[in-house]
Amino acid sequence: MAKNILIKNGFVIDPANNINQKANVYIVDGKIAEVGKIEPQADIVLDAAGKLVLPGLIDIHVHFREPGDEEEETIASGSAAAVAGGFTSVVCMPNTDPPIDDATSVEYIHRMGRQARRTHIYVMGAITKGRAGEQLSEMGFMLQAGAVGFTDDGSGVQNTAVMLRAMKYASMFKNVVISQHCQDNSLAGAGVMNSGYNSTVLGLPGIDPLAEEMMLWRDIQLVRKTNIRYHVQHVSTAKAIELIRQAKEDCLPITCEAAPHHLLLTDDACRDYDTNYKVNPPLRTEKDIEAIKQAIKDGIIDALASDHAPHLKSEKELEFLAAPFGIASLECALGLYIKALIEPKIIDWPQLVSIMSERPAKIIGVDKGTLGKGKQADITIIDPNSEYTVDVNKFRSKSKNCPYDGWKLKGKVEYTIVGGEIRYSAREI
Amino acid sequence: MSKKEFIWNRKHLIGLRELSREEIEYILDTAQAFEQISTRSVKKAPTLRGKVVVNLFFEDSTRTRNSFSLAANRLSADVIEFTQKSSSVSKGETLLDTARNLEAMGIDIVVIRHSAGGAPKFLSRNINACVVNAGDGFCEHPTQGLLDTYTIRKIKGSLEGLKIAIVGDIAHSRVARSDIYAMTKLGAEVILVGPPTLMPAKVNQLPVQVSYSLDAVIGEVDVINMLRIQFERMGSNPFPSIKEYSHYFGLTVERMKKAKKGILVMHPGPINRGVEVESEVADGPNSVILQQVTNGLAVRMAVLFLVNQAAMAKE
Repeated sequence: MAKNILIKNGFVIDPANNINQKANVYIVDGKIAEVGKIEPQADIVLDAAGKLVLPGLIDIHVHFREPGDEEEETIASGSAAAVAGGFTSVVCMPNTDPPIDDATSVEYIHRMGRQARRTHIYVMGAITKGRAGEQLSEMGFMLQAGAVGFTDDGSGVQNTAVMLRAMKYASMFKNVVISQHCQDNSLAGAGVMNSGYNSTVLGLPGIDPLAEEMMLWRDIQLVRKTNIRYHVQHVSTAKAIELIRQAKEDCLPITCEAAPHHLLLTDDACRDYDTNYKVNPPLRTEKDIEAIKQAIKDGIIDALASDHAPHLKSEKELEFLAAPFGIASLECALGLYIKALIEPKIIDWPQLVSIMSERPAKIIGVDKGTLGKGKQADITIIDPNSEYTVDVNKFRSKSKNCPYDGWKLKGKVEYTIVGGEIRYSAREI
Repeated sequence: MSKKEFIWNRKHLIGLRELSREEIEYILDTAQAFEQISTRSVKKAPTLRGKVVVNLFFEDSTRTRNSFSLAANRLSADVIEFTQKSSSVSKGETLLDTARNLEAMGIDIVVIRHSAGGAPKFLSRNINACVVNAGDGFCEHPTQGLLDTYTIRKIKGSLEGLKIAIVGDIAHSRVARSDIYAMTKLGAEVILVGPPTLMPAKVNQLPVQVSYSLDAVIGEVDVINMLRIQFERMGSNPFPSIKEYSHYFGLTVERMKKAKKGILVMHPGPINRGVEVESEVADGPNSVILQQVTNGLAVRMAVLFLVNQAAMAKE
């Protein structure tokens, strides 16, 4: 029997229900019983004075490396990192080894998630078998097993006919979303960073922004034809933003996400060949950052997602050309968004909560992201003002490939409540 | 050694982009002093006696490796040749482990060539020995840039106001980048010439002019440096054929008729005769290609000497 919890004196932000005020939250049997000026008896009382009480944060783009690369991350270690970062739900990407491209694998991820007993674990299945971009995977069976969408993330589906077929086929299932890592490999070539002045003087092969924009443009035409829900992962260029903006104006069913590094870092960061800045899509320019921030302000960006991509130190301790792509940022992602968006007053708290909880939930089609009565009690309680220093050595994640080590951030997570259970508390450490 | 009062304090030579004009001139002046050693009957100085230099080459190279070996030998250093054919992505010992192993052997200077841009910088961050870049990916080839600059300065007296064309595959050329940094810092104007498919991204942000026509610039330049076409990179097919490339960008006898009288013809070698440069031009009176090789030795002696001196000063 789950214990009843009363969260007292906190400031509740629940955009889905237009709540933005001081209120108490009462949790009974793992569900939201009431939000308001109430003071019932409870087994556990949490004093949230001076804190923000939010619908549980949702990260729709993480890499937990299981199965196959458990030395980098497991679903257990990733889940611990997630709740420490305030995330009550995450969506694992299917580019594991082997990839998640059938129902059995989807069930495996769910089982490991249940065993870890931290955050809710969701998973997207691969669009194509083996993520090879050729034959459609069994999308129907994976949906039945609980997959929340499909992507070949890590790479985009290169063949236009295959992508069209995938979208057409998937359109027979209700509300399914196809998600794409937009990158035309013929343009990206062997690139390891943004193509530009920095790649020229560093002598490293570049990835032209066109590589992202071309595939996005292509996919938008396919969405026009199939009218399927389509989600753009980690948008990184100003022109890609323009394409999405136009597609939304045309009322196409398109959503998109932005990653923290594309809000805070430019390709100038690669100048010392520090491989912690090697990420795909690559760090771009100030102009691109401005465009993404403007798009967030305008509501064009539907979700913030960390693209948490853990890698071993030994893998990153290589030449920039040889090291793998990826940044591990799940545990400090919230602080990064606050730094990038709240501190410079680009958006306010309700807007931030909306794109970290309510809207991501809609993208993956789960009944979450709200503190509405009767909903599962996924709640994140944070201290918006106290400052902390990012210390990779304290990460619960198995990997430390995080360029934000030593950064001072705000938005310390106090409690993470998942399904009415306190799964993380800053106090226990 | 040098008349100028100047303290060289870098124990690594990673690239010319980070060097000041004074630093570059200091290396060239030092090289001038070392050039005389090669003309003596006993071609050796005791400068690096007891020091160990390792030639750590991950890419094929004959001339640069030999030039560094000879330079180190002339300075009385012990030289270890460490040649490992490996692409940076192949499995096996990592660069970091290789470097740590070498360091455990007590080496003093690592001369590194690597296919990955940034490898020398990476190495310099992780070991105590001096690191000299002998070419990294298409980032830099500083001693080539220095010897090209040295050769021009020696013949023309100064680079101030000279117009210098660099022709060919600029995108994949570490030589072009090092040349650009050194030559423009010493006051020359650099014009890059080649097809747009062989120009790097945002080339206009480099301190250079760009031309797609060799015919348009041949008459106005004082120096022309013909880069080697690297056939191994031609998989991406940046131009339709060697024949068409030579037609537009080859330095032919015919084109030389339009050149300035005292034009210097340079090439970092090895030459593809008849592709970048016609034999008559390569062997002709304007060619300084072999002088480049000779000067390379003096420049590399100077570099080895200077980085070692800086390292000893820091101890």
